[in-house]
Amino acid sequence: MADQARFAEQAMEHMSSLYTAALRMTRNPADAEDLVQETYLKAYRGFGGFQEGTNLKAWLYRILTNTFINSYRSKKRRPEERDIEDVEDLYLYRRLGGLEAAAAGRSAEEEVLEHITETEVKEAIESLPEQFRMAVLLGDVEGFSYKEIAEILDIPIGTVMSRLHRGRKALQKKLYDFGRARGLVSEEPAING
Amino acid sequence: MGESHDKCEESLHLVYHYLDGELTEEKRVLIQQHIDDCPPCFEAFDFEAELRVVVKRRCFDEAPPDLRRRIADALQHETLHDPGDPEYGPGSNRLV
Repeated sequence: MADQARFAEQAMEHMSSLYTAALRMTRNPADAEDLVQETYLKAYRGFGGFQEGTNLKAWLYRILTNTFINSYRSKKRRPEERDIEDVEDLYLYRRLGGLEAAAAGRSAEEEVLEHITETEVKEAIESLPEQFRMAVLLGDVEGFSYKEIAEILDIPIGTVMSRLHRGRKALQKKLYDFGRARGLVSEEPAING
Repeated sequence: MGESHDKCEESLHLVYHYLDGELTEEKRVLIQQHIDDCPPCFEAFDFEAELRVVVKRRCFDEAPPDLRRRIADALQHETLHDPGDPEYGPGSNRLV
């Protein structure tokens, strides 16, 4: 049993992470704030059932995503559960000519990475259909393990892996499209390999 | 890539599992040995690792001070005798 009085000292440090995730999920600051506040209230009320020493951050994320899915999203259902276009592995790297360039001793890809802006990264993540967006947020932004993501989202590990995989590829495609629109990358044909 | 082409393909296929730290130790060592010996694969792994860092760093929003205050106030108003939310009450802690 965890002591509710200790909730604040342990849980508050995760607020910016949770707010970041809430913003990407709701895509709206006012809604994100409400979602985070509701998450903290639910967590506080349920803190007695939390076992200290286990993963508090993952537990908070589980409450956040459940709150979003169960109560929040139902208010504003979006017709977005479409599938995503399937692109090849290492999409961005291949498009930047990576595998060929590396063999030829050049490497300009990392320079492109440096020029990707915060706004582009956030927009790219927000552009992903929800199930892929959540997997990418939890995996790439928060660094949760497959097992933790499976427990947070209450889905099998195999599903976590496939959503992460496809979500990452779609994210790379979006980043590539942004780069191309801004002239960061030149129009090059895809490199098969 | 040449004669180790199969190894390249296998390594590139597992790049995310590797970066996610989700390979068995045996497999991780094999991949590690390959990318240490294969500059093109090393570059690809390095790029994916760097991209991960870029995404993580550039996807961060500080919680507004106003929100912190609102939450602190809201928690203060909660009593310790609250019956709790059954959804997250005892027994719901599956993240052990």
